[in-house]
Amino acid sequence: MKAINDTTAQSYPKTQKRSSLSGREIKNKLFKSLFIGATAFSLLVLLVLLVQIFTQGIPYLNWNFFTSFPSRHAEEAGILSAFVGTIWMMAVTAPVSFVLGVGTAIYLEEYAKKNRFTQLIQMNISNLAGVPSIVFGLLGLTIFVRELALGRSVLAGGLTMSLLILPIIVVAAQEAIRAVPGELKEASFAMGATKWQTTYRIVLPAALPGILTGNILALSRAIGETAPLIMIGALTYVAFLPEGLLSQFTVMPIQIYNWTGRPQEEFHFVAAAGIMVLLVMLLLMNSVAVWIRNKFQKRF
Amino acid sequence: MKKVWMMSALAAVMTVTAACGGGETETEEQSAETQAEESATTDEGSSDEEGTLSGEIAIDGSSTVFPIMEAVSEEYTKENPDVQAPVGVSGSGGGFEKFIAGETDLSNASRPMKEEEAAALEENGIEYIELPLAYDGLSVVVSQENDFIDSLTVDELKKIWVEGEAETWSDVRSEWPDEPIERFSPGTDSGTFDYFSEVILEEEDISKNAQLSEDDNVLVNGVIGSPNAIGYFGYAYYAENQDSLKAVPIDNGDGAVAPSEDTINDGTYEPLSRPIFTYVKVDSLKEDHVRDYVEFANDIAGEMALEVGYVNMPEEEYEKNQQKIEEAAGSAE
Repeated sequence: MKAINDTTAQSYPKTQKRSSLSGREIKNKLFKSLFIGATAFSLLVLLVLLVQIFTQGIPYLNWNFFTSFPSRHAEEAGILSAFVGTIWMMAVTAPVSFVLGVGTAIYLEEYAKKNRFTQLIQMNISNLAGVPSIVFGLLGLTIFVRELALGRSVLAGGLTMSLLILPIIVVAAQEAIRAVPGELKEASFAMGATKWQTTYRIVLPAALPGILTGNILALSRAIGETAPLIMIGALTYVAFLPEGLLSQFTVMPIQIYNWTGRPQEEFHFVAAAGIMVLLVMLLLMNSVAVWIRNKFQKRF
Repeated sequence: MKKVWMMSALAAVMTVTAACGGGETETEEQSAETQAEESATTDEGSSDEEGTLSGEIAIDGSSTVFPIMEAVSEEYTKENPDVQAPVGVSGSGGGFEKFIAGETDLSNASRPMKEEEAAALEENGIEYIELPLAYDGLSVVVSQENDFIDSLTVDELKKIWVEGEAETWSDVRSEWPDEPIERFSPGTDSGTFDYFSEVILEEEDISKNAQLSEDDNVLVNGVIGSPNAIGYFGYAYYAENQDSLKAVPIDNGDGAVAPSEDTINDGTYEPLSRPIFTYVKVDSLKEDHVRDYVEFANDIAGEMALEVGYVNMPEEEYEKNQQKIEEAAGSAE
């Protein structure tokens, strides 16, 4: 018995080794290089894009660029009104979408009865997240600009953008709330806490990192959107800063889009400088999202 | 401890956002009122005692006209910093839609107003005047690498662009190479396409092989890339790329004429030279700052047009415009 065992034990790994060399290991290496290739390709494309933008944009990226209004002369053109306009719009979009989005998520997860109706709402929210942004622009034009007579204002733009990102925020917040372990809630209920006390003291603190991350990522999307704002009539040449919620405005993507469409090559360089500003802004927002997640993350 | 801190942070976030959210709805309600008041006040008078003008002017419309209007607004705001004259880009048609809804004072267009648009304006009781501002010479271009085309007649152009006519260059003229034609055209929404379709295609369908793009720089690059390519777009895009593009002289019966500032200005480059317009609401001319802006625009449009790559019109055209403005302003009072 022992002798037989020994021979099999010896021969078994041998055959395995031989077959692995010819088949499995080669396949493994093949797929490894395939995946490395895929990553390298996208990195390369990104790199080419970034190098091009930076080499074109850097000469135009100076203090004047941040303090000037747009101009027909490329050297004098600046991004001031678009930059400030973007911040104004975010100041409307962020609170509105946070309150409505997180409120909806809490209702759906904690309060709503699981019936056909909530299923219907749920399904529609997921669908809305995939609706083309220009459709939200049409909605904003009809409701905010015309029906509520807000005109082509920061407020109308911000509210339209809120609508656009609400589905994303609701879904992200729902996921975050759902990830809070049931035992925590049950323990809270067992102590005699009401639903609101449990939500406020147990669920929300635990879900906050996820909710905020979802919010910030959604806002990053809103910063880069152009189509709905063009639809509601946000402007392209604006030589003043918004003075209030009813002021007219422009945002960075619209300004950049306009510059890239110009025949003069210098304007394409100005656009590159604008893209750099937008990139830095997005990067900042995303790092805040990561920071928040790490800061508040708690494992259960 | 950490939990307490976290909860207070959450509370802070909640109260801040709740406050903002609450504030939002309030301002929303107020906004309708304040806007109504605002428009009432601007209607009453837009100049204060010292005679400096202030107010808002709503301008929207064609992306082709945009560079001129942007330049006008830039110059105007230098002289009248209290007047806000932002310019939007909704396209000729999109601009007219807003003009018909009464939302804008000036509507820029790279084509004349269509009949149905004029009818809708009449229905809404909006009177307007049409002011041509400059000429744009649609330039038919080929790559510098193209060595066989020296001119095209209007009929040949039509043959090249209409669906189902020419497949290869040799179908157009037998001595030209037997290579497929690569066509690059502005998108069907643009006023440029509308104009080309009217004067060259005579409303027949454009070739299905044509690559359409809303971005004229895409067309420029497409044509540069191939000796068998042909495209058309506004003169400014040709002027900026003269090193790599060749403008094809067009023969409309009186000999081939290439687009240039002179031939576009004096009208010999035809039929592809077109006026670009702004339409002004007559009621808005009642307001001093709008009238001042429109007159200013008419004064410097030619100069600005040349700066941004278009061609000015003969002086008498601007004088005619000035008369139109005066008549309209007079009738509005």
